[in-house]
Amino acid sequence: MRDVAVIGVGLTKFGELWDRSFRQLIAEAGSKAILDAGIEGKDIDAMYIGSMSSGRFIDQEHVGALVAEVSGFSHLHIPATRVEGACASGGLAIREGYLSIASGMHDVVVIGGIEKMNDVGGTAATETLATAADQEWEAFFGATFPGIYAMIATRHMHEYGTTREELAQVAVKNHANGALNPYAQYQSPISLESVLKATMVAYPLGLMDCSPVSDGAASIVLCAVDKAKKFTDKLVRIVASGQASDTLALHARRDICTLDATVHASRMAYKQAKITPKDVDFAEVHDCFTIAEICAVEDLGFMEKGQGGKAVQQGITTLNGSLPVNTSGGLKAKGHPVGATGVAQVVEATLQLRGDAGKRQVADAKRGLTHNVGGSGATCVVHILEAM
Amino acid sequence: MEKIGIVSYGAYIPRNRIKTEVIASVWGKDGQAISKGLGVYEKSVPSIDEDTATISVEAARAALRRCNIDPQDIGAIYVGSESHPYAVKPTGTIVGEAIGATPLLMVADYEFACKAGTAAIQTCTAFVKAGMIDYGFAIGADTSQAAPGDALEYTASAGGAAFLIGKTKVIATLNHTLSYTTDTPDFWRRAEMKYPSHGGRFTGEPAYFKHITNCATLLMEKAKTQPGDYTYAVFHQPNGKFPVNVAKKLGFTPEQVKQGLMVPYIGNTYSGASMVGLASVLDVAKPGDRIFMTSYGSGAGSDGFDFTVTDEISSLARHKAPSVAELVENKRYIDYGTYSKITKILFTE
Repeated sequence: MRDVAVIGVGLTKFGELWDRSFRQLIAEAGSKAILDAGIEGKDIDAMYIGSMSSGRFIDQEHVGALVAEVSGFSHLHIPATRVEGACASGGLAIREGYLSIASGMHDVVVIGGIEKMNDVGGTAATETLATAADQEWEAFFGATFPGIYAMIATRHMHEYGTTREELAQVAVKNHANGALNPYAQYQSPISLESVLKATMVAYPLGLMDCSPVSDGAASIVLCAVDKAKKFTDKLVRIVASGQASDTLALHARRDICTLDATVHASRMAYKQAKITPKDVDFAEVHDCFTIAEICAVEDLGFMEKGQGGKAVQQGITTLNGSLPVNTSGGLKAKGHPVGATGVAQVVEATLQLRGDAGKRQVADAKRGLTHNVGGSGATCVVHILEAM
Repeated sequence: MEKIGIVSYGAYIPRNRIKTEVIASVWGKDGQAISKGLGVYEKSVPSIDEDTATISVEAARAALRRCNIDPQDIGAIYVGSESHPYAVKPTGTIVGEAIGATPLLMVADYEFACKAGTAAIQTCTAFVKAGMIDYGFAIGADTSQAAPGDALEYTASAGGAAFLIGKTKVIATLNHTLSYTTDTPDFWRRAEMKYPSHGGRFTGEPAYFKHITNCATLLMEKAKTQPGDYTYAVFHQPNGKFPVNVAKKLGFTPEQVKQGLMVPYIGNTYSGASMVGLASVLDVAKPGDRIFMTSYGSGAGSDGFDFTVTDEISSLARHKAPSVAELVENKRYIDYGTYSKITKILFTE
């Protein structure tokens, strides 16, 4: 297998972008990444686009070719493929691009991730997201993701004594980080009290325990390390790519407090990178709800099972802690345009490893991990990146 | 130039009130937090026998009581509302008949969400200016609808105001008016729908704030004025927060806005909202006061107005009809059961 590096990144601001279209967003993120990498259209061997549900959000399917077109590359006839795996669509697109270069098939691949979620109302957005749950066992009975993650949370509280305050601290931490990220949807710190007092969505998850509905796009350029020198010196190597699957429905799992897909994807990645969780300097994890970050830091092996709730309080996962988590603000504060999320996580990891993360720069960041989840854990993609 | 403007005015607000907290408790929500968040403590509710036509008649009669004008001299009535009692059959004819202004009368009903009434002020002004009529009534009134449990249920209320436009004994001269309009679908109701739909937060920044800010800024450019030149400023008030925030953004002070801000006590009277605010300002205005008003209607557009209060306001018998403050205070509280009976939530046909 050939070594693969991220050689360019691009991001739009995340948020309620009423005056920006799907096409504008992906073109902006893509052109930024291409300029950052120093490549041209003729250098691109393939494109992979992560988008969960463009069909329901903007009535447009077939967005692989569309993204190539709005990027101005239709005359180059570049192979362009859309990849879907619910909220893990972005991470999966990166993995497809990574595999295509590692295999020797391609040298330069552009990855895009996008979702334009605010063109439909809040109810329609929630229903569209719920299509990633098990339609026969979950959605049919009215379950949507806040309710499903609330079940994980109540069980976690029951099993391990995790508290609402510990959940809330995840949101407080991620907003503090988001306040340092000019691309974040929410750039203001919040208090523990405001999280605890927010409108209840599904006990124990209040409004501020939930990531928002967002518009946004992210893009990266991947290149075979041995071909990258002619474009740029700014290389960040992808040293591992892991992926795993599990049942769509929560109740069918071995343990509803553990995302086994996360366990398996991360173990696959650690094995490939020949490292242990202790060797990771920082991580971007999939905090679609506060409980999801608590499960993630456990299932990725950073904390003992059941101890994830203590991570923020003990200062482990804060920006100046021993393992900063979600320096970008995470899905909670940075925003969660679902198809873009997995790509945006790798953008953040790349910026950190290049030393380009500005006010939220992690000192001496040498190795970062990204963790992208689809649904309540039926799909998980983990990447490990290293500074070169 | 001839001085054309407001000759008289009147307002009407139904007596029933329901508190934000009462509605919130039905839906298991934190009433205090919602009340604080919206800046609305209670809202008016029309009685079982009140609708946009009766509210319009009450407001027009109040305006006529204040001045000595023969209703037969009124040449036009335009009623703006999004809750006209009939889909086909005008509200304006009911008003015209009730105040004795028929039959030599131009009438049509207007609809432009919450700004149809202020559009009627522009129409009447143009007719007077053209010499086609001596007086015209511009009325904005609504008994606005909100689906049970919807965010709008805390604010959708009832009320209205009527402004008699003419060129003699003008109490407030209309110096400038300007409209800013785009096709922006932030809030709508199709004919067969009982309750309106809205785009959530899309009704804020790209809708309300964009249109009011642009309209107000362009109007001040046209009038060569600054916010500080005005004694009072009235903005469309769908809740207590939006008008205060847009005023601040434009450079107006809370003191300029306060007299025309009725929404905390009566809710959002839709087509009546900015016009009831203007009526409240005229209740206390003195000669020489300058009034700035910008309405907003979803769909979307804003009408901006720049008025100067004249010496004639001292001669207007303002005391002959209740002031807006008196209408606000004349209230009785109802519970949610009564509210649901009145607003026909209980009826499914």
